[in-house]
Amino acid sequence: MTSVLEIKDLHVEIEGKEILKGVNLTIKQGEIHAVMGPNGTGKSTLAQAIMGHPSYEVTKGEVLLDGENVLELEVDERAHAGLFLAMQYPSEISGVTNSDFLRSAINASREEGDEINLMQFIKKLDKNMDYLEMDQDMATRYLNEGFSGGEKKRNEILQLMMLEPKFAILDEIDSGLDIDALKIVSKGINELRGPEFGSLIITHYQRLLNYIEPDFVHVMMQGKVVKSGGKELAERLENEGYDWIKEELGIEDETVEAE
Amino acid sequence: MENEFVINKDEILEASKAREESAFLTEKRTEALDKLNSLDMIKPDKTRVSKWDFFTVTDQFVESEAFGSIEELPQVVREVIDIETVENVIIQRNNTEAFVKLSDDLVSQGVIVESIFDAANNHPELLEKYFMTDAVQIDENKLTAYHAALLNGGVFVYVPKNVQVKDPIQMVVLHDDEKASLFNHVLVVADTGAEVTYVENYVTTLESGKGKLNIVSEVIAKDNAKIKYGAVDFLAKALVGYIVRRGVTGNDAVIDWALGLMNDSDVIYDNTTYLMGSGSSSDVKIVHVGRGNQKSNFTTEVIHYGKETTGNILKHGVMKDSASSVFNGIGYIKHGATNSDAQQESRVLMLSPKARGDANPILLIDEDEVVAGHAASAGQVDEIQLFYLMSRGLSRQEAERLVIHGFLAPVVESIPIESVKQLLTAVIEEKIVN
Ligand SMILES: Nc1ncnc2c1ncn2[C@@H]1O[C@H](COP(=O)(O)OP(=O)(O)OP(=O)(O)O)[C@@H](O)[C@H]1O
Ligand SMILES: [Mg+2]
Repeated sequence: MTSVLEIKDLHVEIEGKEILKGVNLTIKQGEIHAVMGPNGTGKSTLAQAIMGHPSYEVTKGEVLLDGENVLELEVDERAHAGLFLAMQYPSEISGVTNSDFLRSAINASREEGDEINLMQFIKKLDKNMDYLEMDQDMATRYLNEGFSGGEKKRNEILQLMMLEPKFAILDEIDSGLDIDALKIVSKGINELRGPEFGSLIITHYQRLLNYIEPDFVHVMMQGKVVKSGGKELAERLENEGYDWIKEELGIEDETVEAE
Repeated sequence: MENEFVINKDEILEASKAREESAFLTEKRTEALDKLNSLDMIKPDKTRVSKWDFFTVTDQFVESEAFGSIEELPQVVREVIDIETVENVIIQRNNTEAFVKLSDDLVSQGVIVESIFDAANNHPELLEKYFMTDAVQIDENKLTAYHAALLNGGVFVYVPKNVQVKDPIQMVVLHDDEKASLFNHVLVVADTGAEVTYVENYVTTLESGKGKLNIVSEVIAKDNAKIKYGAVDFLAKALVGYIVRRGVTGNDAVIDWALGLMNDSDVIYDNTTYLMGSGSSSDVKIVHVGRGNQKSNFTTEVIHYGKETTGNILKHGVMKDSASSVFNGIGYIKHGATNSDAQQESRVLMLSPKARGDANPILLIDEDEVVAGHAASAGQVDEIQLFYLMSRGLSRQEAERLVIHGFLAPVVESIPIESVKQLLTAVIEEKIVN
């Protein structure tokens, strides 16, 4: 069965200020959606709210995964349901090794008695780290601690490849990556691409979309999706910027501050 | 006056005689008993101890049965010993020396590991030179005097010149008699160029106790000597006490401490290192989990007298329930200790709104040419870290557990015996979950 993630009229506040003002989006497994938009227009807010970040309060709307409202679930239950968020700024956790963490995370979504065995785990970890051209010692280092910006991003993709969620939201996975790393990370995401994987990729640059060709492109302004199209929309944005959309829609201030 | 006590001098001295203690120890007991009433009580900064009972001891000595072999050791003791590989271990059960195993190597190198009472008889010249002279004085305060007066256990470790002890020397104190009080004295001396790792563990099978704790450790590293001192205490509730662990370094000597202070009772801890010799150093790592209504005070001090000395204090505490702890860290650079370096870091993690943790870093500097620094923080578990871990599927409880383990890891990792490290991890686990 093809899973569907539906975001319906989502309104989100942070510290009493409304940031998302009615977002609608539907993503099916097998599809890649890109979300673009100027700084401060609510892209990360959308990602964090879907995953259940404690600072974001949903005041209206729903997020349905195959009809079930995930907003009623705890953060870990959302992960078990098949959601994954690669964060714009991943946390550093001291004292917990990357590989111990990954194994706990994999087992957390499995039934008791069905834990991944150590050999299987190591094989899978080795394979994915090879694929992402990561140094072996990254596995035994503490989770993200002292990782460079690019290493953190690569580590997010490693987690993605290990956990194999139904839907992945990738928030600026390309920021801070050098050209080679960008190719490698894209390769990782393309590896997952298929009928059992759907993704929402937040990015500022067409460059990433050259490697991961999106099926749909959306533009966010003022806390809403204001325009949607195919991959040609991203190309036009790269060449012309956002002014033409603002003109077309009569928007002066694109940020969420706008009334 | 609070904290008053009734003590029968004659009984104490009679017991000392009946046990055939060395004249030296009897002398020390007499001196302590004579001075007791005129001495001041301890005044730990920010903790009021006027209502604490440090003194009501019903039985100075309780007799316990010794163990015939390693197989006979109870589970709590077996857990802290690497049964398969342990080379050197001395076990004290309440106030009785209950088991000793020392490697042939150790004995042939001239290393002494004996109960404090045996050592006073067998090696008077050594013991008398160091017992309550350099590190801790009998007449410092009421509790140090009370310690000397009621001394009822402990161990003497002496490593001769240039001897490097390969395997750790482990001391385990089993508390399994409610009436027993622990007034242990530990004296570790590494002579010039010697090296040794000493680890002590306090374990219990009891839920509560009626006795008192008054433990003094003196750790002496002569020139170029190196001592690693590890301790993991897990004693029951209601063993109110005072634990003093102090070190004194010679030139270029090193004393490193790794202390897992996991007692469930109210305790005042004094951990002081006197960096006397030039070029000497001390690394102090302390970890504590407080729970229930427990009250503790950890005063950790490194005092720099020698030139080019280095002191590093790292303390991590986790506070649960209504537990309350004060973490005082003092780096004191005396006049003349040029080019010394005093660093410290105190971190407290609060798991409940009623828990209290005070981290007070203090730098006292009487010298210009020095380096010093401190960092301190007290706060809750970071919600963003929890969100990150939970977003990968870990439950809140598991995520918290990982964050707390990570928080304590820098200290736990420095414990020098693998079995003790594992046990400390398990105890932390148990304390966090329950
Ligand atoms: N913790 C917060 N407190 C107050 N305002 C916040 C907070 N977090 C986000 N905002 C505001 O919400 C708005 C949207 O932020 P968001 O991070 O969603 O933007 P974005 O589209 O991801 O931007 P960028 O492209 O720069 O990453 C911004 O105006 C931001 O300042
Ligand atoms: Mg963003």
